Amino acid sequence: MVISHLIKKQTYFDSVTLMLIGSQVKKLPGIDSTVVGMCTDYNIDSLKRLDMYQSAFDSLTPNDLIICIKAADKQTADAGIAEVEKRLASRKQTSGSAELPPSSQEEAASRLPEANMVVISVPGEYAAREAEQALNNGRHVMLFSDNVSIEEELRLKTLGVSKELLVMGPDCGTAIINGTPLAFANAVRSGNIGVVAASGTGLQEVTSTIHRLGGGITQAIGVGGRDLSEKIGGKMTLLATRALAEDPATKVIIMLSKPPAESVLKTLYAELKNVGKKIVIYFIGADPKAIEAQGFIAAHNLEDAAIKACDLSTGKKHNSEMSEEQIKAVAASSKMTGKHLRGLYSGGTLCDEAQRLLQPVIGEISSNTPIKGCKEMPDVYKSTGHCIIDLGDDNFTRGKAHPMIDPAYRAERMLQEIADPDAGLIIFDVVLGYGSHLDMAGEMVAAIEEGRKKSGRKPLLAACICGTREDPQNYAQQQKILEDAGIKVFPTNVAMVSFARHCLERNK
Amino acid sequence: MLKDFFGKKVKVINLGIASFAEDLRKQGVETIHTDWRPPAGGNKKIQALLDRVASWQSKVKSAKGAR
Amino acid sequence: MLIDIQQANANAIAAIQASQPVLKGIGTALEVVPGMKKNLILHAGPPITWEKMSGPLRGAVIGALIYEGLAKTPEEAEKLAATDKIEYSPWHEHDGVGPMAGVGTATMPVWILEDQKSGRKTFCTLNEGLGKVLRYGAYSEEVITRLKWMETVLAPVLKAAIPLAPEINLKNMIAQALQMGDEVHNRNKAATSLLIRELAPAIVKTSFPEADKARVLEFMHSNDHFFLNLSMPAAKMMLQAAEWIEGSTIVTTMCRNGTEFGIRIAGLKDRWFTGQAQIVKGLLFPGFSEEDCNPDIGDSAITETCGLGGFSMAAAPAIVKFVGGTVNDAMNFTRKMYEITDGESQAFQIPNMEFRGSPLGINLLKVCEKNLLPQINTGIAHKKAGVGQVGAGLVNPPLKCFEDALEAYVEKYCKDE
Repeated sequence: MVISHLIKKQTYFDSVTLMLIGSQVKKLPGIDSTVVGMCTDYNIDSLKRLDMYQSAFDSLTPNDLIICIKAADKQTADAGIAEVEKRLASRKQTSGSAELPPSSQEEAASRLPEANMVVISVPGEYAAREAEQALNNGRHVMLFSDNVSIEEELRLKTLGVSKELLVMGPDCGTAIINGTPLAFANAVRSGNIGVVAASGTGLQEVTSTIHRLGGGITQAIGVGGRDLSEKIGGKMTLLATRALAEDPATKVIIMLSKPPAESVLKTLYAELKNVGKKIVIYFIGADPKAIEAQGFIAAHNLEDAAIKACDLSTGKKHNSEMSEEQIKAVAASSKMTGKHLRGLYSGGTLCDEAQRLLQPVIGEISSNTPIKGCKEMPDVYKSTGHCIIDLGDDNFTRGKAHPMIDPAYRAERMLQEIADPDAGLIIFDVVLGYGSHLDMAGEMVAAIEEGRKKSGRKPLLAACICGTREDPQNYAQQQKILEDAGIKVFPTNVAMVSFARHCLERNK
Repeated sequence: MLKDFFGKKVKVINLGIASFAEDLRKQGVETIHTDWRPPAGGNKKIQALLDRVASWQSKVKSAKGAR
Repeated sequence: MLIDIQQANANAIAAIQASQPVLKGIGTALEVVPGMKKNLILHAGPPITWEKMSGPLRGAVIGALIYEGLAKTPEEAEKLAATDKIEYSPWHEHDGVGPMAGVGTATMPVWILEDQKSGRKTFCTLNEGLGKVLRYGAYSEEVITRLKWMETVLAPVLKAAIPLAPEINLKNMIAQALQMGDEVHNRNKAATSLLIRELAPAIVKTSFPEADKARVLEFMHSNDHFFLNLSMPAAKMMLQAAEWIEGSTIVTTMCRNGTEFGIRIAGLKDRWFTGQAQIVKGLLFPGFSEEDCNPDIGDSAITETCGLGGFSMAAAPAIVKFVGGTVNDAMNFTRKMYEITDGESQAFQIPNMEFRGSPLGINLLKVCEKNLLPQINTGIAHKKAGVGQVGAGLVNPPLKCFEDALEAYVEKYCKDE
């Protein structure tokens, strides 16, 4: 093995761009490992771990870019470096005009003073400062960054509430504001349903389903996973809810979250009772009866939340896109090739939903993000028994882009599951929309076909597509690619999980 | 009031992941992408000093505005 | 304190832009330079003691002491230099500037510039030429002889000629030179030509021996950098207009003494912020290597401070032959500097950037915020006294200067934050 490297001093690219390029170049023949990243402590550790650290890196700072490639021989390694450079150069061009882009929020603001929203996806340790600056300048904040402390979150949201400005996050991946999809979001028509959500893919699934059922939204406001914790006290949830209550365009409100902290629940219910509009609540894993006892409409799952909201929005009854009978029929004509289920999810909330719906049926499920009643996987890189995995979780995304952007690891894992005789049914989500990979179905099918060829196995496969026909990906084409590969395709996670349940029951 | 923001055209300053800005531009949303890099080269001490200056200036500008 | 930094800086830049440096004449240092004394040696860069001086500066001090008649031999001069009989002070604290070692003493002739706006004056010695010269630390008989010639022939001829010539507004001359491929730090060929053109008829009209007048013209002509000793005090004149505007974070001085780099900030009156002078990276003349190089030296970074030199590299693509790189690199160096300046020069326009004004008014806060240092384009001296120039290239100030200045600024203005 030979290691080649190239250092570009004072050259900054965002981490996603670098990881994607590294991931793409790694696929080239003869290349063993790539590290393309800023010289941060984290990347230095990675380099050392991979035995790729060079003494030339000693004098570098986090403002310097490292391209390091390990390959079979020098020619290949050098070619890899050249390829990375080529891709970096073309990235700079596409973003360029004759003028250099601004390098700070302040500069950007002086060039676009009418900006009213700042989307922040910089490293967590800098995110709060940028968010504060945005709020002080009267701008709403979409805080995609994670690794923001809860103390910082409290400070930001207190500031945001005092100025009636949104602080969506931290770790907020999805929002649709005034019809504009932000970060990972689907193209959803406008209508009269407002959504407040502490979950990214949950918001994507609900809004996409609303669209497919013919409904539309006013706002889809992400509040970040910790908003309804005791410390934060639901500050953004309350601000958003009050605004939707007063918004003449909003007729129905959906609230999506993990069950809020007890201390917050009281205030929240009191506030919601003053709203004066119909509210559908889905506290994931909570007892629907407790919610109904408060006088609200409780949803049983994400699909149900969308259906109930559409019902209230139009006064007409909506049905699931696939009925239970239809799902049963597909299950009846399907056969698991082994004892166990494997779930390879890119969306965390969808992974949770699958665990929740299947746990009563199949007993022992393990996950890297187990819900109550499910077990922790002893080794997240090796599935045993029934296993439902969130590939977007931290342990899989260190140094790699999220699976919704870069399918490489999920595709690799798919190969592994297909080769496992114990994996009789493999389910996975295909999340469309802005921010997501443009051909996730194609990437997964390529891996599936390779897996089948290599192992000679053909486990039963099912996928759900979270998206709409207006999304940048071609929904119909994505569906066809999956179906042509012999994968059973479902419109929602709930439908796919229901299919899985029927198959597992038949397999007992 | 927050509700007064509903219905307005969203105009975005993007800090960080470039593809977010590209997607917004594709939809015709007025967006400016920032070639963001850690302030003060990642030096927290300098960052803190700059924050004190910014904080002071914020107060000065408010006081002047109030006149 | 209710000071709006943006406003203070805007005022500073406006004052800089309003300055009109004009060539007034020539005088003897002891007579015209404020605070000059017989035993005072003025030098480039921030304050320094004999012990800390690098080779070229030491050599220049030795040469100056011999020239002034205060020592008869280099050995005597060295001994004397180390005593408190000889005082040292930065040119900057005496309204002047000096290139490379920049040594100025009582008997030396100096250019006198005057600001038409305020009447202020700035000063600089006359450029000796290239090779074995005092400013590179040479102190041989040849050097002393040349200095004497400059004192007794060059200076008087020019002194008599200047009033006979049309008034020379140096800001305008620099602006023209910028549009002819100069950046008036490392490239002064066009400006030197323009100067000679303005002065030649007047020189002819003076009543000195023909041979002297011819020699004066030949002397100026043989030195492509003759104008540097005018571009520097002109820049100094302009920047001084911003000293010492309360609360302003505009950098008014960048200079080096061969050991340390020093900066000063408009809102921090009289205070020096120093750090280690860096090694210049560029192209070395054949036969020299990086080990031969002296650290960065000279007051010539005053040009960059005023939007010229490295900041106007886009106007002088020929520079890239010295600093290595492409014409596009030269353009990009200028482009980058807009990120750390608050304004753009009205007078100094860059033709191949659609006549955009060069980046003017380095803002300390922006340098720190963006971790982006001013770009200086400069000559490299051999570290041994008297060897001369060994190359040219690019260098930055040490970040420490700006970090220290920021700390002092916050200490002075933001105590309560």
